[in-house]
This record gives sequence, structure tokens and C-alpha cells, in this order.
Amino acid sequence: MSTDPPDTSPNGQMPDGTKKPDRPPGLADGSDASAPNASDEEATPSTKKPDLPPGLGGESEESEAPGTKKPAGPPGAKKPAGPPSPGGDDADDNGPTLPPGYGGDGAGEALSREDFQSDQEVRWCPGCGDYAILSTVQRLLPDLGVDKENVVFISGIGCAGRFPYYMDTYGMHSIHGRAPAVATGLKMSNPELDVWVVTGDGDALSIGGNHLIHVFRRNLDTQILLFNNEIYGLTKGQYSPTSNEGTVSKSTPYGSVDRPFNPVSVALGADASFVARTMDRDPQHMKAMMRAAHEHDGTGFLEIYQNCNIFNDGAFFEFTERETKDERALFLEHGEPMTFANGTRGIRLDTLQPEVVDLEHGDWSADDCLVHDETAPELATILGRMSWQDDDGDPIPRLDETGTQLPRPFGVIHRTERPTYAERVHQQIDAVTAEQGEGDLDALLRSGETWTIE
Amino acid sequence: MSAPSDTTDTKEIPEATVLFAGDSGDGMQITGSQFTLASAYAQNDLATLPDYPAEIRAPAGTTFGVSAFQLHFGAEEVRTPGEKVDLLVAMNAAALKVHLHRVRPGGTIIVNTNAFEEQDLTKADLDYNPLTDGTLDDYRVQEVPLTDITRKALSDTDLSLQKVDRSKNMFALGLALWMYSRPVEPAQEWIREKFGDKPAIRDANLKVLEKGFHYGETVDAIGTRYEVNAAAMTPGTYRAVRGAEALALGLVAASVKSDLRLFYGSYPITPASDILHELSEHKNFGVITFQAEDEIAAATSALGASFGGDLGVCATSGPGVALKTETIGLGVMTELPLVIIDMQRGGPSTGLPTKPEQGDLLQAVYGRNGEAPLPVLAATSPGDCFHTAYEACRIATKYRTPVILLADGYLGNGSEAWRIPDTDALPAFNVEFETEATERTMHKDQDGNDQFLPYVRDPETLARAWARPGTPDLEHRLGGLEKEHQTGDVSYDAENHQKMVEVRAQKVQNVTQDIPPTQVSGPADGDLLVVGWGSTKGAIEEATERAREQNLRVGSVVLRHVWPLPADLGDVLGRFDHVLVPELNNGQLIRVLRDQYPRCGFAPLHKIQGRPFRAEEILEEATALLSEPTPA
Repeated sequence: MSTDPPDTSPNGQMPDGTKKPDRPPGLADGSDASAPNASDEEATPSTKKPDLPPGLGGESEESEAPGTKKPAGPPGAKKPAGPPSPGGDDADDNGPTLPPGYGGDGAGEALSREDFQSDQEVRWCPGCGDYAILSTVQRLLPDLGVDKENVVFISGIGCAGRFPYYMDTYGMHSIHGRAPAVATGLKMSNPELDVWVVTGDGDALSIGGNHLIHVFRRNLDTQILLFNNEIYGLTKGQYSPTSNEGTVSKSTPYGSVDRPFNPVSVALGADASFVARTMDRDPQHMKAMMRAAHEHDGTGFLEIYQNCNIFNDGAFFEFTERETKDERALFLEHGEPMTFANGTRGIRLDTLQPEVVDLEHGDWSADDCLVHDETAPELATILGRMSWQDDDGDPIPRLDETGTQLPRPFGVIHRTERPTYAERVHQQIDAVTAEQGEGDLDALLRSGETWTIE
Repeated sequence: MSAPSDTTDTKEIPEATVLFAGDSGDGMQITGSQFTLASAYAQNDLATLPDYPAEIRAPAGTTFGVSAFQLHFGAEEVRTPGEKVDLLVAMNAAALKVHLHRVRPGGTIIVNTNAFEEQDLTKADLDYNPLTDGTLDDYRVQEVPLTDITRKALSDTDLSLQKVDRSKNMFALGLALWMYSRPVEPAQEWIREKFGDKPAIRDANLKVLEKGFHYGETVDAIGTRYEVNAAAMTPGTYRAVRGAEALALGLVAASVKSDLRLFYGSYPITPASDILHELSEHKNFGVITFQAEDEIAAATSALGASFGGDLGVCATSGPGVALKTETIGLGVMTELPLVIIDMQRGGPSTGLPTKPEQGDLLQAVYGRNGEAPLPVLAATSPGDCFHTAYEACRIATKYRTPVILLADGYLGNGSEAWRIPDTDALPAFNVEFETEATERTMHKDQDGNDQFLPYVRDPETLARAWARPGTPDLEHRLGGLEKEHQTGDVSYDAENHQKMVEVRAQKVQNVTQDIPPTQVSGPADGDLLVVGWGSTKGAIEEATERAREQNLRVGSVVLRHVWPLPADLGDVLGRFDHVLVPELNNGQLIRVLRDQYPRCGFAPLHKIQGRPFRAEEILEEATALLSEPTPA
């Protein structure tokens, strides 16, 4: 486990605003990463202890000194924007490509990343994984071909809750846990809107757990981005419903005794029609997953492993950092055999139990491996549990020298088509109206037995 | 067939109260509704109140399985469902036991003697037979072997005994209609329609109804028949309307007149669920009814729909309001319209779910974190529920604010003769959205880009600019963090916070512009003013009218606008020497009044029994207050 956070500025950019080292070729095509990424840069010792950094003002119990309207962020923190980067992160995307150098406002109908950036100063902690997510969303939206005025971001409370303020779209920073319910009303009121829900592990799975499962059940046509950092950030470091058992936090000095939720399994258990997982340190994969969630008709649920470098630094480094990522992250591709570690290992099923097989030295080949099928719910359940604690309550099984421990799956775990909620609500209204005719108020008021006094 | 019998006297009376009570399976609600319809045809003014058992399927014959329907009808104005019962129809021993105390001394009781066997008394937990032990000595008792007569009447049919017995309520109905000289035709018509596809059952019910009607003529024992003449009511077309129904209709009317789609988010709760049931029938008005996963989602989805440009409404009861409170606060901060109907019931906590109480006024006016004022309205009668719902929607959209509408189960379940309003005469209800960038609503943001100003205000109302998502160029963000004046950006600025708190308060205060002058019933000045709010209106007006008949100078005001209070209320209060504030709580409006009019003296009258006021309770207090020596 890596101990020190990399000294990167938001979005993995160097403090001078230059572009971070390139990511390897996209993971979406099934190849794996071996090149260094941002987090492999020389790390300098930094704050591991949960001190509140400048700029972490909030709406919870923390107070803010008068006059600190704009705490200084680090250089480059105001916007997660670098220069437009045609051919950079976007190179592997299949969406419409922009002309090189394009990026200004008003240069035609096409929208650019800047069109989705509000004038509000981004106030997450320097180094927070949220910057990369924000940047990826702002890069993706121009590609999606939706009208800007139809895009709405709804959030709850927590660090992730600030997200809508940074988007130059319609948005609402609602109350703790309730974003899916706000989105449900909004989407029913106007099904044309492209509604995104931004939430965190506490917001979605603790205080808002009820709304989350019901939005899945109903299959509201929306995207839910769950920023999972396995900790409460805005309230300064209490364990969350996704924190591993034994987590030592502000509120659990002797270790938490709660069994955590696995968001993917929760979603599958609530019959979510689209379930995917990605990580903040892999913008290309993240972007591909956001695009897939958006393309899906129904609730597109995307769990994003997001590093909280202040209170839970490195929680996901084993999946995101170079020295361990190949061994511990399994990138799923529909219709492709499940292999990892640069193709040297694979997953096969022994009855219902997945196991790791060596594809280099032995009798197994990729042909023997489990082939991913996004549409198979049983397979999704198995994949969902491939990131679970063992029976002793120990955290995720560690890779030992035999290499037999299971990697954690990333990608689209499950996708199934079924009618969406707002669509069905309006279809029913249309059907009833077609049958009964448009409502007549006077006739309605006069329905039932009436009598007249002259 | 309504030819009066020669042997019976017919006596004219100004008004009467009838109570049908029986087992849940005895069809008392239908019996009561049909009697109501007949009274409507007789052009009486009327008010009704059903009394269902709290249990869904209580054991037959038990006291907690008793279902009742009360009707008050008159040739004069009828303000309440009646206080003392003139005729009790008791279909079994349990019904008699539960409702006997409601009957006035000398009142009439029709009992089904077939339901007073040993096992019936046991089920009703009676160790005596009230028919024989003198319990009923003070009443005029008509003993009718209802079950036997019904079986005999239908002995030539192929219907099962169970089905035969189920039509005995029609016998009771026929007899009661005869006793009060009501037309029998509306009930006959209803039966023909209801059982059109079941001729055997249709014919059985018609026959038993007729038998009941004729029974009165042929049995000499029933000496007096009553007649209640048509009331002098305002000309117009009337219907009976229940409060819950009227609320739903008011919401639909608001939607139609404002051209906003009605979005109704709801989580089932007694006694608000009937509004959901009613609205879910009206999808051809484009109404979206959303049965949410919980109370919070019911409100939050409605707020989301309001954000989208719909008319967002939710209804609940006190415990549900508690859960919606944070969402209501978000509505105050985001300045979006939202109507929250609170069908109050006995509290705290789960309290008395089926009993009315005016327990939530302080919760409605003050019950949120922070400085979060909002308009609070209260419906005063079942029919007034329509107009109050309409007005709540109008104010919510005009001022871009959550509005709480207080009603209760007494209003919701009760019904009255309601003059159907002329929809063209309803108050104008125009909602204007921002649809394009204008000089007034745009500025250059920190990056020099054109940016919509969601918190630019209408100078007259202080309502902010309302732009729906989907409108080009007006993209903006709302949220629960304090808003910067005009831009709506997040602001922790000290001065701005004070300014915004004051502006939001002033905006709510501006609603007084929409409150009509306070109507005083009775003299414009005098010795005593009775001030109430909501569903106590009938009892208050009844009591003050009786006081005036005793030559007391007593007026009354029943507030529809609880917050903000009418601008002229202080002047009205000042014209009376005493002010009595009767409430079905431990003193809530009176605290608001004392706060707003500190120099005025207010006398409380509290009743907290899960029951409405009786007019005489208010009259007694009024009389006592006026007989006290005047304070120096």
C-alpha cells in the first residue's frame, strides 16, 4: 500500500498547469496499463493527518471565519482546466471529435469543455480525486450531443455535493441523501432533460440509501455517479458505510465494527439495470464508463473509486497505482475473456466459484477463461462479490506470492434493457387521456350526484 | 309510493341529525351516503361525518368493528355534522353500545332486535341486555327484527342467506327515509345503476328498500314522521363533497387554471391518503401522482418537479411533515413553489391517527431550522378545502415559496353541500417563467460570460426569477447553501446572509397583499370576538350565532391565513373588548397572536380530546368570559 499521496495538483496536472504524463492506451480496448500515471510521479511527503486544509469550508458542522469567501486554492486550482487537449485523453473516445485546437466559446454550434465550466472557484482540497472526475465530465459532455440547456446535475451533501456549482448547466445542490428523489421528480416533470446525480458513499448509501435502491427499482433514466472514497470527508474523517471493517477514524478510534456495503452488490441487489465501476486515476476508463452510463436507457450507476487524500489517502491505490494495478484490477470487456496481469492470468469458474488461473505456465489459456457477458445477472452477482471481504472480516484478500487471490472488476458489470420510469409514467398518462379524453375541469367538478337550487 | 299514511302525524322541524351505526360489514357508509343524497334532493343544507373503525377487518359484532355515518341536515344553515343525534339506527348491540351516548334524551333509536342475542351481547362485551334492562328508557325505541323481515321479504329468491342478510341495510335506509319524508327515488336509481349487471341482487335491494319505506306506514308504532323543508341556499348547482376530494379538485383546478402540470408526491398516511387516491384517478388532466418510497422522497420529488416547472404538491400528516421539514427548508432557500398539505391528527408521534387535532400550527409556522418563514393556510370546511388548495397553489407559485396548508381528518372525511364554483370566476392564476435572456436577469460572471441571475426579484412580490431547466442561456444552479443576492452563487458573506434572511421574510410578509379584508361574522365591534382557524369554523359560528340570539355582542373571525396574518387583523381585534381563541390543541394560534399583538388580551379555550368542538362548549366559555368583571 502506498503511503504518501503523490504531489499532484488537481486532475493530475502539474502545478504549472502542464499536462500530466500521458496515460497508457485506453483500457477500454482490453489492453492494460503499464506506463506510469500521474500518481507515480515523485511523491513528496504531504499531509497524511486529517488536518483541514485551506479551502475546505462546508455546510456541515465546520465553521468558517468571516471574510474567507475565497480561500486560496493551490495554483491552478480555480478550474480543473488545462488547455484543450485534442488527441489527449479524448483520443480513444468514439464520440464526435473536435477539430484540433478547438476550445473557445461561440465558435459555432459545437460545445467545448469550457462551455460546461461555471465561473465558480473549485474548492475541493488540492489533490482530491474529485477534480479528475469533474474534468472528465466536462470533457465528456461536449461529445454527447445533448443540448447544454437540457443537462442538469443534482447532488446531495458531502464533498461530491459541490459538483453542480462547478458545472455551467442547470443544477441543484440538494439535501443529504435526497438527490435521487429530486432527480425523480425533475425527470418526470420533463423527461427530455439529461439528469445526472452526483453523490458520495455516505450520501448515497447511508443517509440516502432508501432513495438509491428505489431509483434502481424504478429505472429512472438518469446517470448516478457515486464518488466512493470510503470515508466521510466534509465532516472530517468519520468512517463511512463503505469503510472496511476495522477502519480507524475520528469516530472509530478502536476500529469500526460495521460490515461495509459493496455499492455494486447493493445496486445489483436492487435490480439496477446498469452497474459499472471505474476509478478517478484512470480518466480514460472513467470517461468511457460515463459515456456507457449515459448511453444506457435507465439508471446508469457508476461507482467511482475516488481518492480522499486528506482523510483516507490511498484507499484504492492497490487498484489504481502502477506497481499493483495489473495484478489487482480486472478490466471487463463484454464478450471478452476475463484476463489480467497483461494477459498472464485469467478468471475461470470452478462450479460457481471464480478462481485465478495462470495463463503462462500451465494448461490454461484465455479460451478457458470466463467470458464477460454484461447481460447475465448471475454473472454480475459473482463479479459483484469478487471484491468482498473474506469470512473472517478481513479486508479485501491480498495478493499473496501464489497469485491466487481474485482481482477486483472494473468496467460495465451489468447492463440490461428495460423500460424507464418517466417514460412509463407518461405513457400511462397518455393512454388514460386517449381513453377518457382530455380532462374537463367543469365536468370534473360536476361529477357525481348534483342538484340545482334555483 | 311516498303517500303519507293516515295514521301518522307529520311534524315540521328545522334540522335533524341522523346516525347510522352497525358492523363494518353492514354497509353503513352506503346507507349514510344514500340518505345524504336523498337529503340533497330535498334541498336541505347538510354536513356529514363518517366514522370508520381504525382496524381494517375487526371481528364482526365487536365494539371496535363498529362503522358509523353521521348526517346533519336542515332547512337552515348547517355548519357541523351535528352534535346531538336525533335518530340512531343501531344494526347490532355493539353499535348501540358505542353510540348511545350521542343520542339526545328523547331521541329515536331504531334497533335491529335480531342482533341482540346472547352471543351478540357477548361480542359487544355487554353483560346486560340494553333492550330490556331500562337503559333505553329515556329514548323512543323502535324495535325492528330487521334480519328476520329481510329474510322473509327475500324468501322467494335464490340468493344465499349471506347475500340476503347483506341487503338489510336497505331496509334501514327505507325506514329512515320514510321517517324524515325523504324521496326514495335517488336510492332506487343508485341501486339500479350499481347492480345493473346483477339483476338478482338489484331486485333484492330494491325490494328490501321498499319494504323498509312501507314499514313505517304500516306499523302504527311509529307515531311521528318528520319533515325538513328546503333550505334557503344560494342558487347554484350543488354536490356533496368530502374535504379530501375538495382538496384534490382544488389542486386540479389550480393546475388547469395556471397551465402548470400537477405533480403530486405522496407516501400513504392516514388521513391524507384519500387525496392520493382521488388525484390518481385524474391522469387525463396530465396529473402525475407519485407514490414515493418515503415521506422525504414525496416532498423532495415534488420540489424536483417544481424545479422542472411543474406545480409540486405533497400531502401528509404531522409525522410526515416532520420528515419533510428539511426539504421544506430547501424550498425556502431555493425559492421554489411547493405546496405541503398537512392533514393534522392527534399527536405527538403516531398519536391518534384517526382523530382530528389542530396540533401542527406551530410546526407549520415555525418548525424549521434557521429563519425559514413560509405562508400557512388553513381550510375551514370540506368545501373550503377546494378554495384553500387553489389559493395555496396560487401563492406558492406567485411568491416562489413553499406553502403549508393545514386541514384535518374531520374536514377530509366530512362532507357538505358544496356549491360548485364557476371556474371562470376563480382568481386569475398566471405563472410566467423566464424564457430568454433579458437585461434584467443577466449579468457578466467572473469569467466575463453572460450569466442568468436566478435571484433577481419582482419588486412587488419579491418573487425571484423562475427559469426551467431546458431553457437555453438561463443555466443556473440552486442549492441549500446561502445564496448570494441576485447571482444565487454560494455566499458565506455576513452582510449578504442578513440581507437574504430579511428579504425572504419580507417576501412571505408580502403575501398579505393577497389576503382579502377580514370578514367578521356578527357585529363589526362588540364585547367579544371569537378567533379561530381551520376546521373549528362551524362550531365557532354556531356558538357565536347562539350567543347573539342571547343578545350578546359577539362576533367571530375564522382565519384562512394563519401566516402571514391578515394586515387588518390588529384593527379588527381592537374593536372588541375580549378575544377568545378556541383551539383543538394546547394553545398554538394564541401564541402567534400574543406575539403579533402584544397589547391585546387573548383568552384561551383548549380541547385536546381528538374530537371537534361542540358549539355549546364555545358558547359556555364565551358566556363565562362576558360575565367576568371587566378588567380595570
